[in-house]
Amino acid sequence: MESGPITGPVLTDGTAGETHPRPADLSGVPATPNPAAGTGAIGGTFWRRFVFRRPLAALVLQRLGLSVGLLFAVSLMIFGGIEALPGDFATTYLGQSATPQAVENIRKDLGLDRPWSERYLNWLGGAVQGDFGTSWASKNSVSEQIGNRLGNSLFLAFFAALISVPLAVGLGMLAVQFRNRMPDKIINVISLAAISLPEFFIGYLLIMFFAVKWGVATFPATVYDSMSFIERLSAIALPVATLVLVVLAHMMRMTRAAILNVMSSAYVETAELKGLGMFRIIARHAAPNAVAPVINVIALNLAYLVVGVVVVEVVFVYPGMGQYMVDAVTVRDMPVVQACGLIFAAFYIFLNMAADILAILANPRLRHPR
Amino acid sequence: MPELLSVKNLKIEATSYPPGEPPKVVTLVEGVSFDVQKGKVLGLIGESGAGKSTIGLSALAYGRGGARITGGEVLLNGRDILKLDRSGINTVRGAHVCYVAQSAAAAFNPAHKLGDQVIEASLRHGLMSREEAKKRALYLFRVLGLPNPETFGDRYPHQVSGGQLQRAMTAMALCPNPELIVFDEPTTALDVTTQIDVLAAIKHAIEETHTAALYITHDLAVVAQISDDIMVLRHGKTVEYGTTKQVIEAPKEDYTRALVSVRQAKRDEATDQSGTLLKIERVHAGYANGFKVLHDVSMHLPKGQTLAIVGESGSGKSTLARVITGLLPPSEGRITFDGKELPKALKGRTNDELRRVQMIYQMADTAMNPRQTVRDIIGRPLSFYFSMHGAKKTERVKELLDQIEMGPRFLDRYPAELSGGQKQRVAIARALAAKPELILCDEPTSALDPLVAEGILNLLLRLQEETAVSYVFITHDIAIVRAIADSVAVMHRGRLVRFGPKSKVLSPPFDDYTDLLLKSVPEMEIGWLEKVLKTRRMESAGN
Amino acid sequence: MNLRSIPLSAWVGIAGIAITILCAIFAPVIAPYGERDVVGDIWLPAGGDFLLGTDNLGRDLFSRLVYGARTTIFVALAATVLSFSLGMILSFAAAVMGGFVDQLFSRFNDLMMAIPTLIFALVVLAVLPQHLWILILVMAVLDSTRVFRIGRAVALDVAVMEFVEAARLRGEGSLWIIFREILPNTLSPLLAEFGLRFAFSILFLSTLSFLGLGIQPPAADWGGMVKDNKDGIIFGISAALIPGAAIATLAICVNLVVDWLMKRTSSLKGGRGDA
Repeated sequence: MESGPITGPVLTDGTAGETHPRPADLSGVPATPNPAAGTGAIGGTFWRRFVFRRPLAALVLQRLGLSVGLLFAVSLMIFGGIEALPGDFATTYLGQSATPQAVENIRKDLGLDRPWSERYLNWLGGAVQGDFGTSWASKNSVSEQIGNRLGNSLFLAFFAALISVPLAVGLGMLAVQFRNRMPDKIINVISLAAISLPEFFIGYLLIMFFAVKWGVATFPATVYDSMSFIERLSAIALPVATLVLVVLAHMMRMTRAAILNVMSSAYVETAELKGLGMFRIIARHAAPNAVAPVINVIALNLAYLVVGVVVVEVVFVYPGMGQYMVDAVTVRDMPVVQACGLIFAAFYIFLNMAADILAILANPRLRHPR
Repeated sequence: MPELLSVKNLKIEATSYPPGEPPKVVTLVEGVSFDVQKGKVLGLIGESGAGKSTIGLSALAYGRGGARITGGEVLLNGRDILKLDRSGINTVRGAHVCYVAQSAAAAFNPAHKLGDQVIEASLRHGLMSREEAKKRALYLFRVLGLPNPETFGDRYPHQVSGGQLQRAMTAMALCPNPELIVFDEPTTALDVTTQIDVLAAIKHAIEETHTAALYITHDLAVVAQISDDIMVLRHGKTVEYGTTKQVIEAPKEDYTRALVSVRQAKRDEATDQSGTLLKIERVHAGYANGFKVLHDVSMHLPKGQTLAIVGESGSGKSTLARVITGLLPPSEGRITFDGKELPKALKGRTNDELRRVQMIYQMADTAMNPRQTVRDIIGRPLSFYFSMHGAKKTERVKELLDQIEMGPRFLDRYPAELSGGQKQRVAIARALAAKPELILCDEPTSALDPLVAEGILNLLLRLQEETAVSYVFITHDIAIVRAIADSVAVMHRGRLVRFGPKSKVLSPPFDDYTDLLLKSVPEMEIGWLEKVLKTRRMESAGN
Repeated sequence: MNLRSIPLSAWVGIAGIAITILCAIFAPVIAPYGERDVVGDIWLPAGGDFLLGTDNLGRDLFSRLVYGARTTIFVALAATVLSFSLGMILSFAAAVMGGFVDQLFSRFNDLMMAIPTLIFALVVLAVLPQHLWILILVMAVLDSTRVFRIGRAVALDVAVMEFVEAARLRGEGSLWIIFREILPNTLSPLLAEFGLRFAFSILFLSTLSFLGLGIQPPAADWGGMVKDNKDGIIFGISAALIPGAAIATLAICVNLVVDWLMKRTSSLKGGRGDA
């Protein structure tokens, strides 16, 4: 277990690890996973029949529904949970020395005098349509601000993923190829060190050398609308490199573990004892079974990337969502904080769901039911 | 006739990495030599750790899990395959020599159809065209008695049963028309009634195709049915090597003699039926998810006697044990112990009721806390039930260790430092410490090697004589029933098929299931398989 | 277990952790200057009077690094101990009680984990007043979700073993089963998990401080020191990199020890315990 991305949310129904005493199968066939388990209250004969006929579709639908429910619960938490915490926004907003009258005015101004359930429904209704209200600090529309910055953040994350995914998978395979020999050990030690480096340290290290000492990259990584695509790319070179380094070690270690697991399986031994060549064994026997765990690894790390951009954007003064949120947190601009929190959580949940669904789709037992 | 396979003075080593110690080289196999002629079957037999699988894989020049062939020759048609390079070995594997693994469920790739996997080696080695290979696969599916041979290849491994998978694996090995097949315990993981079908299918198929084979197993009775020659192995060395007839009927070595006679023990049943200790009346039980396992089961057990519950996996025999212990309260029916009804659930029982019924598990490894010493394991029931402490407790633990023939030097050992048989003995001592009237034995010998298992059985019998304890003995093995039971209950799919004194249950007239079960247990007799198959065929012809 | 079986990498890790802890304990003895004393010009280079130079306000960087070890280790350790206790108690309760309690705890835990930790912390810290103990509490609660998950899995793994069933059949109470049967068998993986959580806490605290939401100035703390000195980077002044390197080194050291602990756990698991 690493400390980072693998500890993402579990979107399972929680049956994993529970001790359902499963009756031994009469014929000694491995028992198929019961797709109906955990559908819980949804019940109903139609659903049951659907689960029986199309277990795969049912499982995927179930995961989708679960994610929507989770997102809803998260919105409740981000909004309602905060209400429950001690501290009054108006007081914080004005400072401890404010007169009661001023506090009262501000409460009215911000709409804090209405009951929270009403405000929550308003907020959620707006959020679904893409309207997150107005910022307390700048009085601008939050959605407008986020629109631009979200694009910038995704731009950054996309290029980081584009570079890190093939690199991580490649290095992971290399490590497997040279398992327990020098290249593997070197990769292991370096990656262990890399997962211990804080993002900002990597960022400043890169700035120190590439921007300041050698002058081959630009800092700060400002982007604006009139920039050409190439200019943008050169501006984000260092932040992308930082993100890649942050996520690479994790992804590579997990890829290595996933491939190693498949390579040590009995069916790969069978393939070897059939006298097949190494390439054929990997391409035909290992790869189809390694795809699911590796995709899972990638999705989990992309979810981690979403969080990684926050710090990297602050380091590089990059006008993205992360920086926007951190700024809002320091001035306690709640509408912005809540909007950013919800969007980040939505990406995180979506990517974890994607990982789950891809794992289901790649499972031959579920793809070809008996 | 020239030898097909000739193994000379084989030596196999592996490096082990004990935690906290420098790695060391261990010798797995030493000085083993044998020959296999075309179309003949050599049985390799031995206990776990005898090196039989390792030797079998050397015929494919393969070392599993870090095992290295460091000495000797493996001549296939006179050519030493150990001297071949990687690509040279690949022309041998899957073309001239094929392998059938113990667990076909793990050995088949879950991502591909069975048919594609069966013909893969033939195609990749360029031995036949796709059409020819498919035709041969179809022929083999038929020979091996697989259902719907035309469409069988279109299925995925998880879509067929364990017995069918094992046969499909045999088809996969036979498909490229190899000269030699290595069978590595192909029937060990199967139920007895399935085992005999697979065994018969394998025998029929290798006879049909005139393929030579190395047949690896720990069961002498199985190998007696299929092989021409037998080699007995122990600790990586040859004990005895001869024709099947000689090894079975006139073994030269003590160890072989012990193996041959191990399953022959029989005991007369006790006749005294008075003083019922345990009575199970019309018990129904199932799991929380609605799956019903036991249907209307009744039986009883007199004091000081042994009741054997026989059945295959899925028969509900282990579930019945859980019901008796209270781990799984029955939905209907009642259990009476020594004249008093037992509370259904564990929580409702008093410590004294719990003390009087003890349990021994199949896997002694998992049944004992690995962080406790033998002293703690055996001592806990003493302090828990009898408030024994200090020197008195130690004294009693030593007594119990003597009773299980182990002695005080084991007091401070951890389970990991004991052998499989010793662990099971400690588990027995733990049960005895509670001075129980009934011990539930859930397949306590099935994970053990035959000779060790026999030692455990003898110990249990002796303890019964000494302490008049009763046993409920759950097993799938008819030989064990013959050796220890007074009364027998046969279970099948959650129902009681037959119950009564051993002499009655195990003699005709039989019901269909008991008949099938009894006839499926391999006997230490050459030609037994043919005999059984003949009667079976007559039966199916009569149907 | 003997000392000679500990590999070199783990020794390096143990040494690094020991040095940091010694610095934290004896900070006033080791540090040549006070934590908050302005002693020279800003951003003086390393060497001379100041071993590592001075920071953005002219304070001695080495002294602040030593005092910073104190704050960083204390907060990270407090948060880890708290999160671990919380996670372990709740997870063992869930595993042993099962049923409704288990479902409730587990579902709520899933919900907490559906929001990335850093984002969650940002949202919560935007509302709460800035206090050291609030910071520790927030870190602990967020991190305890991870501990809960692993604790529950480990406890369930052991709880289905037959020796636990045997204890239950003997009539043992829940406390005996948890403390004498389950806990001793989960210590090794849990110890490794504790190390992991500690390393994560150090990084997390530093990140929060770096973002200006962790430990508040003028108290010295490694993440905050990076923030203080980051503007020097453009002028080629490496003052920000030194506390950054300290964080990285400590985290690497902890991870080295954890790596060894985990390998040890997996080699102990060998044998036929898979039934």
